[in-house]
Amino acid sequence: MKAAVILFPGSNREGDAARALSDLTGQAPAVVWHAEADLPQGVDLVVLPGGFSYGDYLRCGAIAARSPIMRAVARHAERGGLVLGICNGFQILCEAGLLPGVLMRNAKRRFLCKMQHLRVENAATPFTRGYAEGQVVKFAIAHGEGNFEADPATLDAIEDAGQVAFRYSDAAGRVDAAANPNGSERNIAGVFNSRFNVLGLMPHPENLIDPLVGGTDGRALFAALALAA
Amino acid sequence: MKARVVVTLKSGVLDPQGKAIEGALRSLAIDGVTSVRQGKVFDIELADEDRDGARRALGEACERLLANTIVENYAIEIA
Repeated sequence: MKAAVILFPGSNREGDAARALSDLTGQAPAVVWHAEADLPQGVDLVVLPGGFSYGDYLRCGAIAARSPIMRAVARHAERGGLVLGICNGFQILCEAGLLPGVLMRNAKRRFLCKMQHLRVENAATPFTRGYAEGQVVKFAIAHGEGNFEADPATLDAIEDAGQVAFRYSDAAGRVDAAANPNGSERNIAGVFNSRFNVLGLMPHPENLIDPLVGGTDGRALFAALALAA
Repeated sequence: MKARVVVTLKSGVLDPQGKAIEGALRSLAIDGVTSVRQGKVFDIELADEDRDGARRALGEACERLLANTIVENYAIEIA
């Protein structure tokens, strides 16, 4: 498994992503600057880390989505290569058209920084096969614009196709308005593309790999990716 | 040639910033405001004097960058 972490101006979780990848794939990822036109040879997995690329100018993720490296990331995804977007990375993937929907300002306007339970909705993908369907996991969330929106037809289509990866839930796995931190449609916290080789999610699995910081539920995601190529 | 592009949220899309501004206007006791929706204005200068060409270029700019048409509408005004 050879991974690359893309660094945009304003990314700030690239170190966390690199640490999780190093720990669980046994190999440090390449760190690739956004102005590069190509990915390093032989990359299996591209990770777009969290942060505030371009200071969230215009719309969060909008400018980064048009940077030169994103053309290479789109070609990589087209070839079936794996792409993981976390938080700002999810926003970038939506803005780039590699994932459906858009992330809007949290419904209650507050920046959220806390632990959050999620229910695993589809455990039959290269990203999630380390979990069981319906399993409740605890990841951290840290975002001001994580309110996932799409039109009803798109929502129905991604539900029917199994493209919902994670939903916000309580500790018992109940998915309802009380467990929805940011107003996301249908409590959606993460989605796949139609080929299941691109995943975007607002929560941070890369921060839950060490018991020192409150849990290890994120390890299974990176461990599954380590076996994917 | 000068142009102005106005990007607004589609109706029905939640606008927490607009709501916050609406509340602040209320706290200033500015009467008669029933709703606020926040949008964006882009003032753009174009080298070309061809209005049809400018409209085409700006349309492409809106579709590809200035607006996210999942949740936003845009209007192009050419001076």
